[in-house]
Amino acid sequence: MDFALTEEQQAIFDMARRFGAEEIAPHARDWERDGTIPRDLWGKAADLGFGGLYVSEEAGGTGLSRLDATLVFEALSMACPSVAAFLSIHNMCAAMLDRHGSEDLKSRILLPACRMETVLSYCLTEPGAGSDAAALKTRATRTNDGYRVTGTKAFISGAGYSDAYVAMVRTGDDGPRGISSVVIEDGAKGLSFGGLEDKMGWRSQPTRQVQFDDCAVPAANLVGEEGRGFTYAMEGLDGGRLNISACSLGAAQSALDATLAYMAERRAFGKPIAAFQALQFRLADMEIALQSARLFLRQAAWMVDRKHPDATRHAAMAKALVTEAGSRVADQCLQLHGGYGYLADYGIEKIVRDLRVHQILEGTNEIMRLITARGLLAP
Amino acid sequence: MKVLVPVKRVIDYNVKVRVKGDGSGVDLANVKMSMNPFDEIACEAAIRMKESGAVEEVIAVSIGVKQAQETLRTALAMGCDRAILIVATDDVHTDIEPLAVAKLLKAVVDAEEPGLVICGKQAIDNDMNATGQMLSALLGWSQATFASKIDIDGDHATVKREVDGGMQSIKVKMPAVISVDLRLNEPRYASLPNIMKAKKKPLDEKTPEDYGVDVSPRLEVVKTAEPPERDAGIIVKSVDELLDKLKNEAGVI
Repeated sequence: MDFALTEEQQAIFDMARRFGAEEIAPHARDWERDGTIPRDLWGKAADLGFGGLYVSEEAGGTGLSRLDATLVFEALSMACPSVAAFLSIHNMCAAMLDRHGSEDLKSRILLPACRMETVLSYCLTEPGAGSDAAALKTRATRTNDGYRVTGTKAFISGAGYSDAYVAMVRTGDDGPRGISSVVIEDGAKGLSFGGLEDKMGWRSQPTRQVQFDDCAVPAANLVGEEGRGFTYAMEGLDGGRLNISACSLGAAQSALDATLAYMAERRAFGKPIAAFQALQFRLADMEIALQSARLFLRQAAWMVDRKHPDATRHAAMAKALVTEAGSRVADQCLQLHGGYGYLADYGIEKIVRDLRVHQILEGTNEIMRLITARGLLAP
Repeated sequence: MKVLVPVKRVIDYNVKVRVKGDGSGVDLANVKMSMNPFDEIACEAAIRMKESGAVEEVIAVSIGVKQAQETLRTALAMGCDRAILIVATDDVHTDIEPLAVAKLLKAVVDAEEPGLVICGKQAIDNDMNATGQMLSALLGWSQATFASKIDIDGDHATVKREVDGGMQSIKVKMPAVISVDLRLNEPRYASLPNIMKAKKKPLDEKTPEDYGVDVSPRLEVVKTAEPPERDAGIIVKSVDELLDKLKNEAGVI
């Protein structure tokens, strides 16, 4: 058993960290204020291979393993979890097209997406179907040359910003087997967006509802087979959960790093606050939490890479463990910064806000526990 | 033309440097190490020359501990074609001195016959700023130090140098050793595909004995100490007192 990163993996992490520190971190607050991420960042990211991280090389991607990708997201989220998570969503869509899309979809949609000339959004959740995603109601009706789609998707990252939407829609009966995945391109007739959501965190990502009103989708935009959309969506989520965990981990680590520096400088009662044993214990607990979270996440990613029968359960357990550890650590870091932690200038309150949603999306942590328990109780 | 780029593994520029308890040097155990930033600029310059078609091959060479292999992989991931690692010590705290490095590099130049050596002006660990100059002397080549712009035109190179008080342009005969300064370029990030390709690029491992060079130290480090802590400021009561202190204590006016 070898727990060390390979030289290559270390190089991947170092490069992504440096890219984040130089190209993202200095602007993260401005982008949060503006509520958008400038397009030119994606061109730079794509030049480095971030546009199709685990898309096969033949399809124009980088061909990384899921474990390698968690290193990228951990490193990028040290700069800004909101930007890193946005990239994760794009990559989740790209991976679905790579695995299940036709050659036509791969050349028309996936290739420019890997180059990040275009950005992709993932549309699963609906106003009335979140944790119970298989209950989604957006209806796609067959026509002579494709589908007519009507319905609403909620909490869509990049809505009104992205160039194409990978949407799970109902082509058949109720239940998971009646769901298909289609690509709906920006500008399609009948595609519109709700108002910008005013959110606690992830504020640099524009989030809106996506509305389909008798929206025409060509048959060529069906991903894979009809009726398999829910399976594809769930497959994508194993990896998405790893990514989002990595985003919690990296951001929490950066909060801890900042806190260590702060505690060495900040003096109270005649000495640096790092000299107080009660606070040292809290630092130790945070370090233990993050190191164990990192190990568990990487093991889960390793299982997903090997298509281990228990991979889904481990990705779910990792998502619950790591996102909760990340938020707890970020909250503690804010506390240890005292009043300064509450000020935006110190960067800690943004991490607390950004990480909170990681316990909700990509499947709530309650659903993660349901998946875990089902695995335990399965005959 | 081939270009040789020497690169050094040094303590990462973001790391807060700590002096070892016995004052024998800087603590490098369990510390993040990276490529010397000036050497990254040298790599970038050489790779751009290759991309422009002026250079056929870029060879990175590093001298030090075996772990310097990681530094060479970084150079390969940036775009260097192959690498040579000369393992000259197995102790991370042993710094191979500039003269020994220059002698080894001369031996590599004799073997590889590059038409140009581009190196960082100095390594950020010991700030010697000597290896490039020594190498040019040993080779009998021209030298151009502190380059902030390089134009190669056939048998000569025009180099803009950063000197105290401004810029100086010099024309040197090729072959030459050029040491680069901070503003020559902004080194690229190694892309993910190039990081993965770097593993497949050749990396030869050598020893100083292979080149017949003695690397035993000629300098002795007497003491390494932390810089003195800055004293707290004081509030002066009057302009006269300020002037008096500036004149008699600080000696600045």
